[in-house]
Amino acid sequence: MIRQRNGLKRKGRADVATIHEMELIDSAARAQAALEGELSGERMILNMGPQHPSTHGVFRLVLELDGEEITNCWPEVGYLHRGDEKIAENMTWTQFIPYTDRLDYLAPLANNVAYAYAVEKLCGIDVPLRCKYIRVICAELARISSHLLGIGAMSMDLGALTVFLYTFKEREKIYDLAECICGARFTTSYTRIGGLANDMPAEFLPMCRKFINELPATIDETDKLLTRNKIFVERNREVAVLSKEDAIDFGATGPILRGSGVEYDVRKAFPYGGYENFQFDIPTGTVGDCMDRYLVRMEEMRQSIRIIQQALDNLPGGEWNAPEAKIVLPEKKAVLTKMEELIHHFINVTQGINAPAGEVYFGAENPKGELGFYIVSKGGGTPHRLKIRAPSFVNLQLVPLLSKGHMIADMVAILGSLDFVMGECDR
Amino acid sequence: MTLATVIEKLPGRIGEPVEFRDETTVGIDRTQIVEACRYLKADCGFDMLVDLSGVDNYGTDPRFEVVYELCSLTNRSHLRLKISVSEDDLLVDSVTGVWRTADWHEREVFDMFGIRFRNHPNLKRILMWDGYPYHPLRKDFPLAGMETELPETAVDAGKVNSAAMHGGPFVTAPGAATSAKREPRQNDTAAERFEKKGSS
Repeated sequence: MIRQRNGLKRKGRADVATIHEMELIDSAARAQAALEGELSGERMILNMGPQHPSTHGVFRLVLELDGEEITNCWPEVGYLHRGDEKIAENMTWTQFIPYTDRLDYLAPLANNVAYAYAVEKLCGIDVPLRCKYIRVICAELARISSHLLGIGAMSMDLGALTVFLYTFKEREKIYDLAECICGARFTTSYTRIGGLANDMPAEFLPMCRKFINELPATIDETDKLLTRNKIFVERNREVAVLSKEDAIDFGATGPILRGSGVEYDVRKAFPYGGYENFQFDIPTGTVGDCMDRYLVRMEEMRQSIRIIQQALDNLPGGEWNAPEAKIVLPEKKAVLTKMEELIHHFINVTQGINAPAGEVYFGAENPKGELGFYIVSKGGGTPHRLKIRAPSFVNLQLVPLLSKGHMIADMVAILGSLDFVMGECDR
Repeated sequence: MTLATVIEKLPGRIGEPVEFRDETTVGIDRTQIVEACRYLKADCGFDMLVDLSGVDNYGTDPRFEVVYELCSLTNRSHLRLKISVSEDDLLVDSVTGVWRTADWHEREVFDMFGIRFRNHPNLKRILMWDGYPYHPLRKDFPLAGMETELPETAVDAGKVNSAAMHGGPFVTAPGAATSAKREPRQNDTAAERFEKKGSS
């Protein structure tokens, strides 16, 4: 094409050219210049965020662009830093539970569960089987909730708004379930050290069964809308391919690591909280691109349904709180009527649990990846140091590696496939 | 290789490993942390650095600790390494050369505790803003915070070229024959343009 237009100029017709033809000559010259590298070389810096819709929170990306191609990228985090770790050092173990709701606020129940197990590991106590099963149900509901949002928001960012509405309809039901089990829809704070805030109410069982019976239809609908959707596939296939080695080297966990083909799931590798009693598969990807990460999330929701089904079928009865009276908060009724319980309640609330000195790391498989709590205790009611190993923080480090050489529009797909939450990343 | 033999051969090991709740913590000489990590990654299959954090034991000497939580995906095991850092010499070798994930973790430790990492590719604050004067997770930093001045603008005008309209990249220069010639980027490089603007 260019040669043809240049030929037009050489024939000497430029002096009588129409405006249209002049523009053709212009664009030809410019294309020629671009080919010769005169236009390239000057890079443009573009700010994406902190309030960009696809950053799902306050997250800033500084992009260096050559035309529309990303040549470099610097993620800036910290806009949502609230100092949770500092706050934790200044309050009792139980008081910190509401703060865990606000880490990954799309799956607060899973954070509650992870934190409770971490402190219980430090104290060396084991919760009853019923408590473990209820916690499994909570954690898996949280996983479904988080993945529904992850997939809905990802497809919305890529232009498929309908899916977002479908998945949000189901998330609403999960909020109803959370409200049923603990009274709060969003900031659940359901677990306690050594147990739960309250036993699962009787009406929760039929509600939850109804939900998991209905959910597969929505997942199938989403599957039909996206998995073989030409636009969706072409925007995700072969985009931001992450190799196994890079994924491990960058400490990626959760669906990102599994999307790259590493069969690592904390629930299987280091079973906790009764997960060893459940039958479920770990889906893994083969390519490690955005599409694989999406497919892993889709399959994980189906596996979560399987786990919840088993938990509901085999839910044991009996106590839901550990028997250690010096650690577990006693029932309110007993506090109001019995002397000993009143004393335990008073001491546990005012001084905190007398945790032993020592240090533990507990990692739980959360929807976004491995949520770890590294706790250093010098004994007494407050932690000496509580480090939160947030999966989003670690996974976001991958952004520069994944985005180089891609278009700006691919950035949206990359961020959607990483599925991060800034509340957890910035802590 | 069992964990006991791994620890036996660990370079720079200090003292005996501590066992607590089925977890093993090994103290490492802080000058040999990179060797220890390299050995663990290359020879013992600890392929993932799960977490890296700092601890402030205010009032004791050495004051700080840096803790490395390693995980072996193949052998399904965890190991914790620990180095002590004295307040007089807050410089530790970076393990970013061993695991790239250490990059942000070390930046966070620097931000929160003021421990510096030698050979880190980009050691600057990550959660607090650049130029913030304190290290908030130190025990002597109050929970209520300290009054600090916020930076007035996000962009330092002394360093970054302000986006002037005239002569800027989006303003065409008049008087040229073709629109390609009028395109400012056609005529000179950004550096030349900057000089021209400065001299006029």
